[in-house]
Amino acid sequence: MNFTAKERERFDFAVIANWIPSGERVLDLGCGDGRLLRYLRETRDVAGYGVEIDHDSVLNCIRNDVDVIQSDIEGGLSGFENGSFNHVIISQALQAMLATERILLEMLRVAEEAVVSFPNFAYRANREAIAAGHMPVSEDLPYEWYETPNVRFFTIADFDALCAKLGIEVRERLAFDDAGQLVTDDPNLNGSLAFYRLGKKS
Amino acid sequence: MPTGHFFNLRMHMSPENSVGVVAEQRVRFNAPMTLKSGAQLPGFELAFETYGTLNAARSNAVLVCHALSGGHHVAGVYADQPQNVGWWDNLIGPGKALDTNKFFVVGVNNLGGCYGSTGPLSINPQTGKRYGADFPMVTVEDWVAAQARLADHLSIDTWAAVIGGSLGGMQALEWSLQFPDRIRHALVIASAPKLSAQNIAFNEVARQAIISDPDFRGGHYAEHGLVPSNGLRLARMIGHITYLSDDQMGEKFGRQLRHGEHRYSYDVDFEVESYLRYQGDKFARFFDANTYLITTKALDYFDPAYDYDDDLAAALARAKANFFVASFTTDWRFAPARSREIVFALLHNRRRVAYAEIDCAAGHDSFLLDDDHYHALLRAYLENISI
Repeated sequence: MNFTAKERERFDFAVIANWIPSGERVLDLGCGDGRLLRYLRETRDVAGYGVEIDHDSVLNCIRNDVDVIQSDIEGGLSGFENGSFNHVIISQALQAMLATERILLEMLRVAEEAVVSFPNFAYRANREAIAAGHMPVSEDLPYEWYETPNVRFFTIADFDALCAKLGIEVRERLAFDDAGQLVTDDPNLNGSLAFYRLGKKS
Repeated sequence: MPTGHFFNLRMHMSPENSVGVVAEQRVRFNAPMTLKSGAQLPGFELAFETYGTLNAARSNAVLVCHALSGGHHVAGVYADQPQNVGWWDNLIGPGKALDTNKFFVVGVNNLGGCYGSTGPLSINPQTGKRYGADFPMVTVEDWVAAQARLADHLSIDTWAAVIGGSLGGMQALEWSLQFPDRIRHALVIASAPKLSAQNIAFNEVARQAIISDPDFRGGHYAEHGLVPSNGLRLARMIGHITYLSDDQMGEKFGRQLRHGEHRYSYDVDFEVESYLRYQGDKFARFFDANTYLITTKALDYFDPAYDYDDDLAAALARAKANFFVASFTTDWRFAPARSREIVFALLHNRRRVAYAEIDCAAGHDSFLLDDDHYHALLRAYLENISI
């Protein structure tokens, strides 16, 4: 529980990097200031591109020497060619998008595999907050309800169901509690943050 | 494309980080040059300026390419013309986004220009008279080939970067195709991989305005001591409308009346009419009509995908440079979608490319303004270029 924000971020990055083989072509959707891509370039020697809509984030990507393409991914990934990336990542940004289904399908159009991470709304502490009458605020859901950029609130169980509905294969799933401990027992209850490795069903 | 008009309120000089007083230079190339059209120039002169210092490794040179009406006077002032500020002075200088403490910056007037480089107003050595309409058509490819001779003259083997807006951006792109090993970074701003039919149409109206001016005399007006001022003025007025956004024109002029009332005449009633006339008159006083015609044709013909079955990605396969591409949301003459075509063609070729779509109200002209975010992007990108 005594994770600094930076340690926490490094932890998230390390979980994702673990799924990215060296030298791959990677696309990061909602890449923020490009820190994850920079990390993957330094640790995995990837050729990475970010997609971001926010002007300040785009500027920070360029400061970070990260190749960013300013674009609104709510409308899909038009322009990006089929299978042009090895991995496409959406790290804690899917919950802030409206077009959830379209984005997931588009991700698996442009890349062989997708990596998705999101805060699990059904985490025990979140359930307790709701039971106590309030919207949850936690390390993985750090916003008050009136200022959150999140527009989709979903759980590990919900996401599993959506993948099944869309014919998306869950190749690997990891859940961690808010101390960064891997959760194996009832991840939908005990996991605060979920990481998925997704592919098309063959 | 235009330089210095009164929309550019923030395009003033900041003396504290200006390159200061600069001097024009000229270089003559005696070797004949075969142009893309097949025509030959027996040799030519280029006018240029430089700012900053070329380092020992000759690795810090940046070429600035101009658009329709710009030239080699990109930054600073002339000793005898303290009001004549370079057209991209807000970008270039010690400590500015294109920092002359780091880079050696070169501005050049393109072949066929009217600011000192060989062009229609120059004397044709074969006739002893001004070229006028006999000056051959030059293309973006020809301009870049001529710029390469200037690079040779300056002993610049590889540009750290080539930067340009609009037609200047096309030259930066062309550098990456014609000389892929001589350019490390291309900054392509408010540009397009080719003009649309609408763009060509605007250019054609401008050309017809010039050609149909009775003083044009088939392009040999200079021999008669004439200038097709009315045609040039109209051409510039049409151009200006397309460089601005509807919103910005509305905000600046709206339906403001010059005399506070409708006068039911063809004199200036609305302020926007006054603005266009002022811009047209100013332009007609200093710009050469044949250069305008040649330059608009160069714009029309530029289309690197033409020889590749319209496959831009195939055309860009030669490029090796890293790219920075930027567009402006209110630019309808070179809309963001056109820049995205370049970005995705580069992505197809696995080139490094960053793309910013900048919110700026000023339409196509935005690339000349010192919008904070826009300049911060350029500064950030240029700072990361190793020299």
